Amino acid sequence: MIALNRPFTEEKIRALKVGDEVALTGVVFTARDAVHGYLHDGGALPPGVDLRDGILYHCGPVVLPDERGGWKVTAAGPTTSIREEPYQGAIIRRFGVRGVIGKGGMGERTLAACQAGGCVYLHAVGGAAQVLAEAIVAVRNVYFLKEFGSPEAMWELEVRDFPVVVTMDAHGRSLHQEVLAASRTALAERLKEPAHSA
Amino acid sequence: MRLRAESQSARFNVGRQCPNLGARLYEPQRSSFKIKLLRVTDSRSDRKFGHCLWEPRVDRFRANPYGGKAMSTLQDSLIELIRRTSAEIPDDVQRAILLALEQEKQGTIAASALQIIERNVELARRKSQPICQDTGSILFYVQHPLSHDPIAFEESARGAVRIATRKGYLRQNSVDSLTGVNDGTNVGPGSPTIHFHPHRAPELDVRLILKGGGCENVGAQYSLPNEKLQANRDLDGCRKVILDAVLQAQGKGCGPGILGVCIGGDRATSYEFSKRQFLRTLPDRNPVPELDRLEQDIVKTANELGIGPMGFGGKTTLLGAKIGALNRLPASYFVSVSYMCWAFRRQGARLGPGGEIERWLY
Repeated sequence: MIALNRPFTEEKIRALKVGDEVALTGVVFTARDAVHGYLHDGGALPPGVDLRDGILYHCGPVVLPDERGGWKVTAAGPTTSIREEPYQGAIIRRFGVRGVIGKGGMGERTLAACQAGGCVYLHAVGGAAQVLAEAIVAVRNVYFLKEFGSPEAMWELEVRDFPVVVTMDAHGRSLHQEVLAASRTALAERLKEPAHSA
Repeated sequence: MRLRAESQSARFNVGRQCPNLGARLYEPQRSSFKIKLLRVTDSRSDRKFGHCLWEPRVDRFRANPYGGKAMSTLQDSLIELIRRTSAEIPDDVQRAILLALEQEKQGTIAASALQIIERNVELARRKSQPICQDTGSILFYVQHPLSHDPIAFEESARGAVRIATRKGYLRQNSVDSLTGVNDGTNVGPGSPTIHFHPHRAPELDVRLILKGGGCENVGAQYSLPNEKLQANRDLDGCRKVILDAVLQAQGKGCGPGILGVCIGGDRATSYEFSKRQFLRTLPDRNPVPELDRLEQDIVKTANELGIGPMGFGGKTTLLGAKIGALNRLPASYFVSVSYMCWAFRRQGARLGPGGEIERWLY
């Protein structure tokens, strides 16, 4: 397990490679379909938000008000990332994003942007809403809550030892491409042989 | 479309035509209620959409076939069924996950993913919180005696879904497909979905499946023959397309997954029947020998493909495959594959005459 702490410099990010397990500590911003569409279409970041050397998290958390007038995240697993493929590369380049957390992996354009800009795709375990919510220690702020609604809003979250796996690195490697290619070959081989008998 | 929104509050009587919704308000448990409406207008076409934003406040109960107390007992039982389904994975699935964890090589990212999954299962149960934040499509399967009143049951189920959503057992997860508005209740056209099956027995068995969107999106329906996959209209052709669905899904359906498959039927019944397979437990065996062989083969072969948990690579791609068959038309041959994520939320309860839970079914 590699500890990755703020600041998320290009040097630290480029040192990561596919298959590395990472415990992330620092600040992440959630961004789903609405935020990606908005930023891609030229929308401005809210005042006070800087994504340079920042990390985006594809997540629509369940957030409830707490007793002290703040917020509490009760479930926060990743959502499917590939929906943001049309936008992600441009957003990484425009804002200098260093990491994208999600699930299921992303495509060629994002991989190219990661390589060019020094960014990684960090895969969280899909469905593990409770384990991941426990790694979120504070909700620092929320933006676009009115405009986009709670799951689509941009939540600024402080995370500690948030568990992820590097599945697309800044050197052009994608575990998703590799597993797809290997499993496709394996299936073609298996289909040449008879089925398993019970 | 250019949408403009404004909100208003109003008190309505049941049966009154709502100026925003353009439909009669129907809330069977109430005679009148106060609601907050969001009036959404498309400024180009001037088309109006209306949405109840706030949960109507209960003013008083009307007479119901279940009668006051039994009705609220039934609703309470359904709320508990929803809570348990959302927070507690059934024993057969948990055992399969533990077995998968033993089989994956320690120190691999596949094993790490399964460890996180195992921890998540325990944590959700302990905290009585949703296993996954996507609490999914709400699918009830109700086996009931002939004397049972399905309309009254549906009213209770809808009420239970509203309350379970307020309590956080379900995420606000149901969106109007035309306007994109999520009214936060999880109740609307198609939500919840309730399948009624009368039987000539006194038992009332209610089963519930919560199926998230990630795994729903990787489901697939094939029409055989499929030339590209060289899949003919026979069991070998079925095998090829089912394994293709596993290959295409990779880790995107949050594997290790469980397949529900239907061979035959029309397009709609075929998908429906494929999901019904999820009511079976993982270790059970198909009584039809050909289908049993196919089920065993699909799991073994899929686990040789190296896709692994979350698509990280590894030995466990599927935890199970359940296959049913329906008659088809001579002209059609559909194979429908539904994919269930590892967070397989399935539970059921046998209810007594007063609506109380007598025992759990899984």
